[in-house]
Amino acid sequence: MELRGKAWKYGDDVDTDVIIPARYLNTSDPGELASHCMEDIDRAFASKVSRGDFIVAGKNFGCGSSREHAPIAIKASGASAVIARSFARIFYRNSFNMGLPIFEAPGAVDEIDPGDLLAVDMERGVLRNETKGKEYRVAPVPPFMQELLSAGGLLHYIAKRKKGV
Amino acid sequence: MRMTLTEKILARHAGKERVEPGELILAKVDLALGNDVTAPIAIRAFRSMGAREVFHRERIALVADHFAPNKDIKSAEQIRIMREFAREAGIANYFEVGRMGIEHVLLPDEGLVVPGDLVIGADSHTCTYGALCAFSTGVGSTDLAAAMFSGEVWLKVPESLRIVLTGKPGKWVEGKDVILHIIGEIGVDGALYRAMEYAGDGISHLSMAWRFTIANMAIEAGAKNGIFPFDAATRDYAEGRGKRGYEVVTADKGARYAEELSVNLSRLEPVVAFPHLPGNARPLSRVGNVPIDQVVVGSCTNGRIEDLRSAAEVVRGRKVHDGVRMLIFPATQEVYLQAMREGLMETFVTAGAAFSTPTCGPCLGGHMGILAAGERAVATTNRNFVGRMGHPESEVYLANPAVAAASAVLGRIGGPDELP
Repeated sequence: MELRGKAWKYGDDVDTDVIIPARYLNTSDPGELASHCMEDIDRAFASKVSRGDFIVAGKNFGCGSSREHAPIAIKASGASAVIARSFARIFYRNSFNMGLPIFEAPGAVDEIDPGDLLAVDMERGVLRNETKGKEYRVAPVPPFMQELLSAGGLLHYIAKRKKGV
Repeated sequence: MRMTLTEKILARHAGKERVEPGELILAKVDLALGNDVTAPIAIRAFRSMGAREVFHRERIALVADHFAPNKDIKSAEQIRIMREFAREAGIANYFEVGRMGIEHVLLPDEGLVVPGDLVIGADSHTCTYGALCAFSTGVGSTDLAAAMFSGEVWLKVPESLRIVLTGKPGKWVEGKDVILHIIGEIGVDGALYRAMEYAGDGISHLSMAWRFTIANMAIEAGAKNGIFPFDAATRDYAEGRGKRGYEVVTADKGARYAEELSVNLSRLEPVVAFPHLPGNARPLSRVGNVPIDQVVVGSCTNGRIEDLRSAAEVVRGRKVHDGVRMLIFPATQEVYLQAMREGLMETFVTAGAAFSTPTCGPCLGGHMGILAAGERAVATTNRNFVGRMGHPESEVYLANPAVAAASAVLGRIGGPDELP
Protein backbone atom coordinates (compact mmCIF):
# COMPACT_ATOMS: atom_id res chain seq x y z
CA MET A 1 0.00 0.00 0.00
CA GLU A 2 1.30 3.44 -0.88
CA LEU A 3 0.45 6.64 0.96
CA ARG A 4 0.90 9.90 -0.90
CA GLY A 5 0.45 13.56 -0.02
CA LYS A 6 2.16 16.74 1.01
CA ALA A 7 3.99 17.51 4.23
CA TRP A 8 2.74 19.61 7.15
CA LYS A 9 5.86 20.25 9.16
CA TYR A 10 6.11 20.82 12.94
CA GLY A 11 8.85 20.82 15.58
CA ASP A 12 9.82 18.67 18.58
CA ASP A 13 7.54 17.57 21.44
CA VAL A 14 4.21 18.18 19.70
CA ASP A 15 1.90 17.29 22.59
CA THR A 16 -1.60 15.84 22.64
CA ASP A 17 -2.99 19.12 24.01
CA VAL A 18 -2.15 20.88 20.75
CA ILE A 19 -3.10 17.89 18.56
CA ILE A 20 -6.55 18.12 20.13
CA PRO A 21 -7.08 20.64 22.97
CA ALA A 22 -8.86 19.28 26.05
CA ARG A 23 -11.62 21.87 25.70
CA TYR A 24 -12.94 19.71 22.85
CA LEU A 25 -12.76 16.41 24.72
CA ASN A 26 -16.40 16.65 25.74
CA THR A 27 -17.11 14.80 22.51
CA SER A 28 -15.62 11.74 20.84
CA ASP A 29 -17.13 12.43 17.41
CA PRO A 30 -14.27 11.99 14.88
CA GLY A 31 -15.49 14.72 12.49
CA GLU A 32 -15.84 17.28 15.25
CA LEU A 33 -12.45 16.40 16.73
CA ALA A 34 -10.85 16.65 13.27
CA SER A 35 -12.19 20.19 12.83
CA HIS A 36 -10.00 21.30 15.78
CA CYS A 37 -6.96 19.15 15.01
CA MET A 38 -3.65 21.03 15.61
CA GLU A 39 -5.49 24.35 16.00
CA ASP A 40 -3.43 25.69 18.93
CA ILE A 41 -0.21 25.55 16.88
CA ASP A 42 -1.61 25.79 13.35
CA ARG A 43 -4.98 27.38 12.69
CA ALA A 44 -4.80 26.49 8.98
CA PHE A 45 -4.26 22.74 9.33
CA ALA A 46 -7.81 21.49 9.87
CA SER A 47 -9.31 23.52 7.03
CA LYS A 48 -6.47 23.18 4.52
CA VAL A 49 -5.26 19.58 4.97
CA SER A 50 -5.94 17.35 1.95
CA ARG A 51 -6.68 13.64 1.99
CA GLY A 52 -3.42 11.72 2.06
CA ASP A 53 -1.24 14.50 3.51
CA PHE A 54 1.42 13.75 6.13
CA ILE A 55 2.16 15.32 9.47
CA VAL A 56 5.95 15.51 9.78
CA ALA A 57 7.51 16.35 13.13
CA GLY A 58 10.61 16.16 15.29
CA LYS A 59 11.17 14.04 18.37
CA ASN A 60 8.63 12.84 20.95
CA PHE A 61 5.52 13.44 18.83
CA GLY A 62 2.28 12.91 20.79
CA CYS A 63 3.73 13.41 24.27
CA GLY A 64 1.34 14.07 27.13
CA SER A 65 -2.11 12.67 27.60
CA SER A 66 -3.39 9.18 26.72
CA ARG A 67 -6.32 10.63 24.80
CA GLU A 68 -7.11 8.43 21.81
CA HIS A 69 -8.89 11.53 20.53
CA ALA A 70 -5.46 12.59 19.21
CA PRO A 71 -4.94 9.80 16.64
CA ILE A 72 -8.70 9.83 15.98
CA ALA A 73 -8.57 13.55 15.13
CA ILE A 74 -5.53 13.11 12.87
CA LYS A 75 -7.08 10.14 11.08
CA ALA A 76 -10.42 11.89 10.61
CA SER A 77 -8.69 15.05 9.34
CA GLY A 78 -7.73 13.11 6.22
CA ALA A 79 -4.02 12.92 6.98
CA SER A 80 -2.68 9.50 5.97
CA ALA A 81 0.16 9.14 8.47
CA VAL A 82 2.58 10.80 10.86
CA ILE A 83 6.32 10.77 10.21
CA ALA A 84 8.54 11.80 13.12
CA ARG A 85 11.99 11.42 14.58
CA SER A 86 10.40 9.59 17.52
CA PHE A 87 7.00 9.09 19.18
CA ALA A 88 5.78 9.26 22.77
CA ARG A 89 4.83 5.76 23.86
CA ILE A 90 1.09 6.05 24.53
CA PHE A 91 0.56 7.86 21.22
CA TYR A 92 2.59 5.11 19.52
CA ARG A 93 0.41 2.30 20.86
CA ASN A 94 -2.82 4.22 20.35
CA SER A 95 -1.94 4.76 16.71
CA PHE A 96 -1.43 1.05 16.09
CA ASN A 97 -4.53 0.16 18.05
CA MET A 98 -6.52 2.66 15.97
CA GLY A 99 -4.94 1.88 12.62
CA LEU A 100 -3.21 5.24 12.06
CA PRO A 101 0.12 4.52 10.30
CA ILE A 102 3.12 6.18 11.93
CA PHE A 103 6.74 6.06 10.84
CA GLU A 104 9.98 6.78 12.65
CA ALA A 105 12.33 8.30 10.11
CA PRO A 106 14.90 10.45 11.90
CA GLY A 107 17.07 10.87 8.82
CA ALA A 108 14.26 12.07 6.60
CA VAL A 109 12.57 14.58 8.89
CA ASP A 110 15.26 17.28 8.78
CA GLU A 111 15.28 17.29 4.97
CA ILE A 112 11.53 17.62 4.55
CA ASP A 113 10.16 21.14 4.04
CA PRO A 114 6.52 22.15 4.45
CA GLY A 115 4.57 21.30 1.31
CA ASP A 116 7.04 18.70 -0.02
CA LEU A 117 5.28 15.87 -1.83
CA LEU A 118 5.92 12.58 -0.02
CA ALA A 119 5.11 8.93 -0.68
CA VAL A 120 5.47 5.96 1.68
CA ASP A 121 5.57 2.38 0.45
CA MET A 122 4.53 0.52 3.59
CA GLU A 123 5.54 -2.96 2.39
CA ARG A 124 9.05 -1.94 1.35
CA GLY A 125 9.45 0.44 4.27
CA VAL A 126 10.55 3.27 2.00
CA LEU A 127 9.77 6.97 2.24
CA ARG A 128 10.23 9.03 -0.94
CA ASN A 129 10.48 12.81 -0.97
CA GLU A 130 9.30 13.43 -4.54
CA THR A 131 9.90 17.17 -4.35
CA LYS A 132 13.55 16.65 -3.40
CA GLY A 133 14.05 13.37 -5.29
CA LYS A 134 15.33 11.51 -2.22
CA GLU A 135 14.56 8.11 -0.67
CA TYR A 136 14.81 6.99 2.94
CA ARG A 137 14.22 3.76 4.84
CA VAL A 138 11.67 4.00 7.63
CA ALA A 139 11.96 1.86 10.78
CA PRO A 140 10.23 -1.49 10.13
CA VAL A 141 7.01 -2.25 11.98
CA PRO A 142 7.74 -4.83 14.76
CA PRO A 143 6.27 -8.32 14.10
CA PHE A 144 3.69 -8.10 16.90
CA MET A 145 2.44 -4.77 15.58
CA GLN A 146 2.18 -6.28 12.11
CA GLU A 147 0.02 -9.01 13.64
CA LEU A 148 -2.17 -6.31 15.21
CA LEU A 149 -2.49 -4.51 11.90
CA SER A 150 -3.23 -7.69 9.93
CA ALA A 151 -5.88 -8.76 12.48
CA GLY A 152 -7.57 -5.41 11.85
CA GLY A 153 -6.57 -3.72 15.08
CA LEU A 154 -6.33 -4.68 18.73
CA LEU A 155 -10.01 -5.47 19.29
CA HIS A 156 -10.11 -8.05 16.52
CA TYR A 157 -6.81 -9.48 17.65
CA ILE A 158 -8.06 -10.00 21.22
CA ALA A 159 -11.42 -11.36 20.08
CA LYS A 160 -9.69 -13.93 17.86
CA ARG A 161 -7.34 -14.95 20.62
CA LYS A 162 -10.13 -15.32 23.15
CA LYS A 163 -12.08 -17.56 20.77
CA GLY A 164 -9.01 -19.73 20.24
CA VAL A 165 -8.58 -20.40 23.97
CA MET B 1 18.48 -13.76 35.27
CA ARG B 2 18.34 -10.90 37.74
CA MET B 3 15.41 -8.58 37.26
CA THR B 4 14.47 -4.98 38.02
CA LEU B 5 11.26 -4.16 39.94
CA THR B 6 9.36 -3.57 36.70
CA GLU B 7 10.65 -6.73 35.02
CA LYS B 8 9.73 -8.81 38.04
CA ILE B 9 6.16 -7.55 38.25
CA LEU B 10 5.68 -7.95 34.50
CA ALA B 11 7.10 -11.49 34.53
CA ARG B 12 4.71 -12.50 37.30
CA HIS B 13 1.73 -11.15 35.43
CA ALA B 14 2.77 -12.78 32.16
CA GLY B 15 3.18 -16.17 33.88
CA LYS B 16 6.89 -16.25 33.05
CA GLU B 17 10.04 -17.01 35.01
CA ARG B 18 11.79 -14.03 33.46
CA VAL B 19 11.30 -11.26 30.95
CA GLU B 20 13.81 -9.08 29.17
CA PRO B 21 13.67 -5.48 27.95
CA GLY B 22 12.23 -5.28 24.45
CA GLU B 23 10.17 -8.46 24.83
CA LEU B 24 6.45 -8.20 24.02
CA ILE B 25 4.20 -9.90 26.53
CA LEU B 26 0.52 -10.41 27.21
CA ALA B 27 0.03 -9.71 30.89
CA LYS B 28 -2.84 -10.12 33.33
CA VAL B 29 -4.30 -6.89 34.62
CA ASP B 30 -5.18 -6.45 38.32
CA LEU B 31 -7.13 -3.25 37.71
CA ALA B 32 -8.21 -1.37 34.58
CA LEU B 33 -9.25 2.26 34.83
CA GLY B 34 -11.14 4.73 32.69
CA ASN B 35 -12.49 8.26 33.16
CA ASP B 36 -15.23 10.40 31.65
CA VAL B 37 -13.01 11.48 28.75
CA THR B 38 -11.56 8.09 27.80
CA ALA B 39 -14.18 5.55 28.93
CA PRO B 40 -16.93 6.52 26.44
CA ILE B 41 -14.61 5.65 23.54
CA ALA B 42 -13.60 2.43 25.29
CA ILE B 43 -17.24 1.51 25.86
CA ARG B 44 -18.02 2.05 22.19
CA ALA B 45 -15.05 -0.17 21.25
CA PHE B 46 -16.07 -2.78 23.84
CA ARG B 47 -19.54 -3.01 22.32
CA SER B 48 -18.23 -3.03 18.75
CA MET B 49 -16.31 -6.22 19.64
CA GLY B 50 -19.66 -7.81 20.46
CA ALA B 51 -18.56 -8.06 24.09
CA ARG B 52 -21.29 -8.17 26.76
CA GLU B 53 -19.59 -9.05 30.01
CA VAL B 54 -16.51 -7.52 31.54
CA PHE B 55 -13.75 -9.90 32.63
CA HIS B 56 -14.19 -9.08 36.32
CA ARG B 57 -16.65 -6.69 37.93
CA GLU B 58 -14.39 -5.69 40.80
CA ARG B 59 -11.27 -5.19 38.69
CA ILE B 60 -12.51 -2.25 36.68
CA ALA B 61 -12.77 1.31 37.96
CA LEU B 62 -14.62 4.10 36.20
CA VAL B 63 -14.25 7.60 37.58
CA ALA B 64 -16.05 10.75 36.42
CA ASP B 65 -13.44 13.35 37.32
CA HIS B 66 -12.25 15.34 34.29
CA PHE B 67 -15.38 17.31 33.40
CA ALA B 68 -17.30 16.50 36.58
CA PRO B 69 -19.43 18.03 37.98
CA ASN B 70 -20.79 18.02 34.41
CA LYS B 71 -19.43 21.17 32.81
CA ASP B 72 -21.82 21.31 29.87
CA ILE B 73 -24.41 19.27 28.02
CA LYS B 74 -21.87 17.36 25.94
CA SER B 75 -19.88 16.25 28.96
CA ALA B 76 -23.09 15.35 30.77
CA GLU B 77 -23.87 13.02 27.86
CA GLN B 78 -20.37 11.48 27.99
CA ILE B 79 -20.65 10.85 31.72
CA ARG B 80 -24.10 9.33 31.22
CA ILE B 81 -22.63 6.80 28.76
CA MET B 82 -20.15 5.76 31.43
CA ARG B 83 -22.71 5.69 34.25
CA GLU B 84 -25.16 3.55 32.29
CA PHE B 85 -22.43 1.16 31.19
CA ALA B 86 -21.23 0.79 34.79
CA ARG B 87 -24.75 -0.06 35.90
CA GLU B 88 -25.39 -2.54 33.06
CA ALA B 89 -22.03 -4.26 33.42
CA GLY B 90 -22.31 -4.35 37.21
CA ILE B 91 -19.03 -2.52 37.70
CA ALA B 92 -18.49 -2.22 41.43
CA ASN B 93 -16.06 0.68 41.39
CA TYR B 94 -17.91 3.51 39.72
CA PHE B 95 -17.33 6.93 41.27
CA GLU B 96 -19.18 10.14 40.62
CA VAL B 97 -19.91 13.48 42.25
CA GLY B 98 -20.32 13.20 46.00
CA ARG B 99 -18.36 9.95 46.23
CA MET B 100 -15.70 10.67 43.69
CA GLY B 101 -12.23 12.03 43.59
CA ILE B 102 -9.44 12.47 41.12
CA GLU B 103 -8.80 8.90 40.00
CA HIS B 104 -5.10 8.65 40.85
CA VAL B 105 -5.60 9.85 44.40
CA LEU B 106 -8.89 8.04 44.92
CA LEU B 107 -7.98 4.52 43.79
CA PRO B 108 -4.90 3.97 45.97
CA ASP B 109 -6.56 5.77 48.93
CA GLU B 110 -9.56 3.41 48.58
CA GLY B 111 -7.20 0.43 48.61
CA LEU B 112 -8.11 -0.58 45.07
CA VAL B 113 -4.44 -0.66 44.06
CA VAL B 114 -2.00 -2.68 46.17
CA PRO B 115 1.78 -3.25 46.03
CA GLY B 116 2.90 -5.64 43.30
CA ASP B 117 -0.16 -4.93 41.12
CA LEU B 118 -0.23 -4.47 37.38
CA VAL B 119 -2.61 -1.61 36.60
CA ILE B 120 -3.48 -0.01 33.30
CA GLY B 121 -5.59 3.07 32.90
CA ALA B 122 -6.87 5.11 30.00
CA ASP B 123 -5.23 8.16 31.50
CA SER B 124 -1.57 9.02 31.13
CA HIS B 125 -1.08 9.68 34.85
CA THR B 126 -1.95 6.10 35.73
CA CYS B 127 1.79 5.77 36.37
CA THR B 128 1.10 7.35 39.81
CA TYR B 129 0.64 3.96 41.54
CA GLY B 130 4.32 3.14 41.08
CA ALA B 131 4.69 4.87 44.46
CA LEU B 132 3.17 1.69 45.94
CA CYS B 133 5.74 -0.57 44.28
CA ALA B 134 3.19 -1.52 41.64
CA PHE B 135 3.57 -1.46 37.85
CA SER B 136 1.07 0.97 36.38
CA THR B 137 0.95 2.72 33.07
CA GLY B 138 -1.30 4.83 30.87
CA VAL B 139 -2.86 3.40 27.73
CA GLY B 140 -5.54 4.47 25.26
CA SER B 141 -9.25 3.75 25.19
CA THR B 142 -8.91 0.78 22.82
CA ASP B 143 -6.44 -0.87 25.20
CA LEU B 144 -8.90 -0.25 28.02
CA ALA B 145 -11.72 -1.85 26.00
CA ALA B 146 -9.58 -4.90 25.31
CA ALA B 147 -8.59 -5.20 28.97
CA MET B 148 -12.19 -4.81 30.18
CA PHE B 149 -13.04 -7.76 27.95
CA SER B 150 -10.02 -10.04 28.30
CA GLY B 151 -8.35 -8.96 31.55
CA GLU B 152 -5.08 -8.70 29.63
CA VAL B 153 -2.87 -6.10 28.04
CA TRP B 154 0.03 -6.31 25.59
CA LEU B 155 3.15 -4.59 26.80
CA LYS B 156 6.70 -4.16 25.67
CA VAL B 157 9.01 -4.78 28.61
CA PRO B 158 10.81 -1.46 29.17
CA GLU B 159 14.45 -0.94 29.98
CA SER B 160 14.88 0.59 33.42
CA LEU B 161 16.56 3.83 34.35
CA ARG B 162 17.81 3.69 37.94
CA ILE B 163 17.55 6.94 39.87
CA VAL B 164 19.46 6.93 43.13
CA LEU B 165 18.22 9.47 45.67
CA THR B 166 20.50 10.47 48.52
CA GLY B 167 20.36 13.11 51.25
CA LYS B 168 17.47 14.86 52.93
CA PRO B 169 15.47 17.61 51.24
CA GLY B 170 15.54 21.05 52.87
CA LYS B 171 12.62 23.19 54.02
CA TRP B 172 10.05 23.92 51.25
CA VAL B 173 11.53 21.27 48.96
CA GLU B 174 8.86 18.68 48.22
CA GLY B 175 8.29 15.66 45.99
CA LYS B 176 7.30 17.97 43.15
CA ASP B 177 10.72 19.59 43.14
CA VAL B 178 12.44 16.21 42.96
CA ILE B 179 10.56 15.18 39.82
CA LEU B 180 10.70 18.62 38.17
CA HIS B 181 14.45 18.65 38.79
CA ILE B 182 14.83 15.18 37.22
CA ILE B 183 12.73 16.08 34.16
CA GLY B 184 14.75 19.27 33.84
CA GLU B 185 17.93 17.19 33.81
CA ILE B 186 16.89 14.42 31.39
CA GLY B 187 14.26 16.23 29.30
CA VAL B 188 10.64 15.47 28.41
CA ASP B 189 11.69 12.38 26.44
CA GLY B 190 14.65 11.55 28.67
CA ALA B 191 13.02 8.33 29.87
CA LEU B 192 11.08 7.54 26.68
CA TYR B 193 9.72 3.94 26.75
CA ARG B 194 11.67 3.32 29.98
CA ALA B 195 10.81 2.55 33.59
CA MET B 196 12.10 5.08 36.14
CA GLU B 197 13.08 3.01 39.16
CA TYR B 198 13.99 4.88 42.33
CA ALA B 199 16.55 3.65 44.82
CA GLY B 200 18.80 4.99 47.58
CA ASP B 201 18.48 6.05 51.20
CA GLY B 202 17.01 9.42 50.25
CA ILE B 203 13.69 7.62 49.70
CA SER B 204 13.25 7.28 53.47
CA HIS B 205 12.78 11.08 53.60
CA LEU B 206 9.95 11.00 51.05
CA SER B 207 6.38 10.66 52.34
CA MET B 208 3.95 8.49 50.39
CA ALA B 209 2.27 11.68 49.14
CA TRP B 210 5.58 12.87 47.69
CA ARG B 211 6.27 9.48 46.14
CA PHE B 212 2.86 9.60 44.45
CA THR B 213 3.76 13.04 43.05
CA ILE B 214 7.11 11.77 41.76
CA ALA B 215 5.67 8.61 40.17
CA ASN B 216 2.75 10.64 38.76
CA MET B 217 5.03 12.75 36.56
CA ALA B 218 7.09 9.86 35.12
CA ILE B 219 5.02 10.31 31.95
CA GLU B 220 6.31 13.89 31.70
CA ALA B 221 9.77 12.42 31.08
CA GLY B 222 8.26 10.07 28.48
CA ALA B 223 8.54 7.06 30.81
CA LYS B 224 6.28 4.02 30.75
CA ASN B 225 6.19 3.93 34.53
CA GLY B 226 7.88 5.21 37.65
CA ILE B 227 8.38 2.82 40.55
CA PHE B 228 9.54 2.96 44.17
CA PRO B 229 10.81 0.06 46.26
CA PHE B 230 8.58 -1.28 49.04
CA ASP B 231 9.54 -0.08 52.52
CA ALA B 232 8.02 0.69 55.92
CA ALA B 233 6.15 3.74 54.57
CA THR B 234 4.62 1.64 51.78
CA ARG B 235 3.57 -0.97 54.30
CA ASP B 236 2.01 1.60 56.63
CA TYR B 237 0.04 3.05 53.72
CA ALA B 238 -1.09 -0.31 52.32
CA GLU B 239 -2.02 -1.94 55.63
CA GLY B 240 -5.63 -1.49 56.57
CA ARG B 241 -6.44 0.05 53.21
CA GLY B 242 -5.85 -2.72 50.69
CA LYS B 243 -8.99 -4.43 49.42
CA ARG B 244 -6.83 -7.38 48.30
CA GLY B 245 -3.78 -9.14 49.71
CA TYR B 246 -0.45 -8.22 48.21
CA GLU B 247 2.98 -9.62 47.56
CA VAL B 248 6.12 -7.64 48.18
CA VAL B 249 8.36 -7.47 45.12
CA THR B 250 12.02 -6.50 45.38
CA ALA B 251 14.57 -5.75 42.67
CA ASP B 252 17.34 -8.34 42.38
CA LYS B 253 20.87 -7.36 43.27
CA GLY B 254 22.75 -7.15 40.00
CA ALA B 255 19.66 -6.44 37.88
CA ARG B 256 20.51 -4.65 34.64
CA TYR B 257 19.76 -0.96 34.24
CA ALA B 258 20.09 0.94 31.00
CA GLU B 259 21.42 3.97 32.83
CA GLU B 260 21.89 5.36 36.30
CA LEU B 261 21.32 8.87 37.60
CA SER B 262 21.89 10.27 41.11
CA VAL B 263 20.13 13.10 42.81
CA ASN B 264 21.31 14.55 46.12
CA LEU B 265 18.07 15.79 47.67
CA SER B 266 19.90 18.03 50.15
CA ARG B 267 21.21 20.16 47.26
CA LEU B 268 17.81 20.85 45.73
CA GLU B 269 15.86 24.07 46.06
CA PRO B 270 12.23 24.46 44.99
CA VAL B 271 11.91 24.16 41.20
CA VAL B 272 9.56 25.96 38.79
CA ALA B 273 8.86 24.63 35.29
CA PHE B 274 8.42 27.46 32.78
CA PRO B 275 6.09 27.35 29.76
CA HIS B 276 5.58 25.32 27.67
CA LEU B 277 7.25 22.09 28.75
CA PRO B 278 7.63 20.41 32.17
CA GLY B 279 11.33 20.06 31.32
CA ASN B 280 11.87 23.86 31.34
CA ALA B 281 12.84 23.66 34.99
CA ARG B 282 14.55 26.48 36.86
CA PRO B 283 15.54 26.69 40.51
CA LEU B 284 13.29 29.17 42.32
CA SER B 285 16.21 31.54 42.94
CA ARG B 286 16.60 32.02 39.18
CA VAL B 287 12.96 32.67 38.32
CA GLY B 288 13.12 36.47 38.25
CA ASN B 289 10.07 38.71 38.37
CA VAL B 290 7.06 36.87 36.90
CA PRO B 291 3.71 38.49 37.83
CA ILE B 292 0.75 36.08 37.89
CA ASP B 293 -3.05 36.13 37.60
CA GLN B 294 -4.04 32.75 39.00
CA VAL B 295 -2.85 29.99 41.34
CA VAL B 296 -4.19 26.44 41.25
CA VAL B 297 -3.48 23.97 44.05
CA GLY B 298 -4.77 20.48 43.36
CA SER B 299 -4.75 17.71 40.70
CA CYS B 300 -3.62 14.08 40.71
CA THR B 301 -0.10 15.43 41.15
CA ASN B 302 -0.59 17.62 44.22
CA GLY B 303 -4.16 17.41 45.54
CA ARG B 304 -3.48 15.27 48.61
CA ILE B 305 -4.00 16.37 52.20
CA GLU B 306 -0.23 16.82 52.68
CA ASP B 307 -0.23 19.23 49.70
CA LEU B 308 -3.13 21.23 51.11
CA ARG B 309 -1.40 21.38 54.50
CA SER B 310 1.73 22.72 52.87
CA ALA B 311 -0.15 25.44 50.97
CA ALA B 312 -2.26 26.32 54.03
CA GLU B 313 0.81 26.72 56.23
CA VAL B 314 2.01 29.42 53.84
CA VAL B 315 -1.23 31.39 53.46
CA ARG B 316 -2.32 31.11 57.12
CA GLY B 317 -2.87 34.59 58.49
CA ARG B 318 -2.07 36.17 55.12
CA LYS B 319 -4.14 37.40 52.18
CA VAL B 320 -4.12 36.33 48.56
CA HIS B 321 -2.73 39.22 46.48
CA ASP B 322 -5.30 41.62 45.03
CA GLY B 323 -4.69 40.71 41.43
CA VAL B 324 -4.62 36.93 41.95
CA ARG B 325 -7.36 34.30 41.88
CA MET B 326 -6.39 31.32 44.04
CA LEU B 327 -8.24 28.04 43.57
CA ILE B 328 -7.92 24.99 45.82
CA PHE B 329 -9.03 21.55 44.65
CA PRO B 330 -8.88 18.76 47.23
CA ALA B 331 -8.42 15.58 45.21
CA THR B 332 -11.08 13.45 46.91
CA GLN B 333 -14.06 13.70 49.22
CA GLU B 334 -11.86 12.26 51.97
CA VAL B 335 -9.21 14.95 51.44
CA TYR B 336 -12.00 17.56 51.42
CA LEU B 337 -13.36 16.30 54.75
CA GLN B 338 -9.93 16.12 56.29
CA ALA B 339 -9.17 19.68 55.16
CA MET B 340 -12.39 20.74 56.84
CA ARG B 341 -11.57 18.90 60.08
CA GLU B 342 -8.10 20.43 60.25
CA GLY B 343 -9.36 23.94 59.58
CA LEU B 344 -7.46 24.21 56.29
CA MET B 345 -10.59 25.08 54.40
CA GLU B 346 -11.19 28.02 56.71
CA THR B 347 -7.57 29.11 56.33
CA PHE B 348 -7.90 29.18 52.54
CA VAL B 349 -11.29 30.88 52.42
CA THR B 350 -10.24 33.49 54.99
CA ALA B 351 -7.16 34.24 52.91
CA GLY B 352 -9.37 34.93 49.92
CA ALA B 353 -9.04 31.65 48.02
CA ALA B 354 -11.83 29.59 46.46
CA PHE B 355 -12.25 26.05 47.78
CA SER B 356 -13.81 23.63 45.28
CA THR B 357 -15.31 20.18 45.16
CA PRO B 358 -12.86 17.62 43.67
CA THR B 359 -12.36 17.76 39.90
CA CYS B 360 -9.52 17.64 37.35
CA GLY B 361 -11.13 20.84 36.01
CA PRO B 362 -8.54 23.53 35.29
CA CYS B 363 -5.50 21.23 35.09
CA LEU B 364 -6.42 20.26 31.55
CA GLY B 365 -8.24 23.45 30.67
CA GLY B 366 -11.58 21.73 31.12
CA HIS B 367 -13.46 24.11 33.42
CA MET B 368 -13.34 25.82 36.85
CA GLY B 369 -10.44 28.19 36.28
CA ILE B 370 -9.72 28.74 32.58
CA LEU B 371 -7.12 31.36 31.62
CA ALA B 372 -7.69 34.26 29.22
CA ALA B 373 -5.18 35.28 26.54
CA GLY B 374 -1.98 36.59 28.09
CA GLU B 375 -2.77 35.38 31.63
CA ARG B 376 -0.28 33.49 33.74
CA ALA B 377 -0.90 30.81 36.34
CA VAL B 378 1.25 29.02 38.88
CA ALA B 379 -0.14 25.51 39.24
CA THR B 380 0.72 22.43 41.26
CA THR B 381 -0.49 20.40 38.28
CA ASN B 382 1.60 18.37 35.85
CA ARG B 383 1.60 19.97 32.40
CA ASN B 384 2.28 23.44 31.06
CA PHE B 385 1.80 22.81 27.35
CA VAL B 386 0.48 25.50 25.01
CA GLY B 387 -3.19 26.08 25.83
CA ARG B 388 -3.18 23.54 28.66
CA MET B 389 -5.20 25.68 31.09
CA GLY B 390 -7.10 27.76 28.57
CA HIS B 391 -6.22 30.24 25.85
CA PRO B 392 -3.29 29.20 23.62
CA GLU B 393 -1.59 32.48 24.58
CA SER B 394 -1.87 31.85 28.33
CA GLU B 395 1.00 30.46 30.39
CA VAL B 396 1.30 27.83 33.12
CA TYR B 397 4.23 27.58 35.56
CA LEU B 398 4.48 24.32 37.49
CA ALA B 399 5.53 24.39 41.15
CA ASN B 400 5.06 22.70 44.52
CA PRO B 401 2.10 23.67 46.77
CA ALA B 402 4.16 25.86 49.13
CA VAL B 403 5.63 27.89 46.25
CA ALA B 404 2.21 28.12 44.59
CA ALA B 405 0.71 29.45 47.83
CA ALA B 406 3.54 31.93 48.38
CA SER B 407 3.12 33.14 44.81
CA ALA B 408 -0.59 33.69 45.42
CA VAL B 409 0.27 36.02 48.31
CA LEU B 410 3.12 37.79 46.50
CA GLY B 411 1.28 38.26 43.20
CA ARG B 412 4.38 36.96 41.41
CA ILE B 413 6.28 33.68 41.41
CA GLY B 414 8.16 33.37 44.68
CA GLY B 415 8.86 31.18 47.69
CA PRO B 416 7.59 31.19 51.28
CA ASP B 417 10.86 32.70 52.53
CA GLU B 418 10.13 35.89 50.58
CA LEU B 419 6.92 36.55 52.51
CA PRO B 420 6.91 39.35 55.06
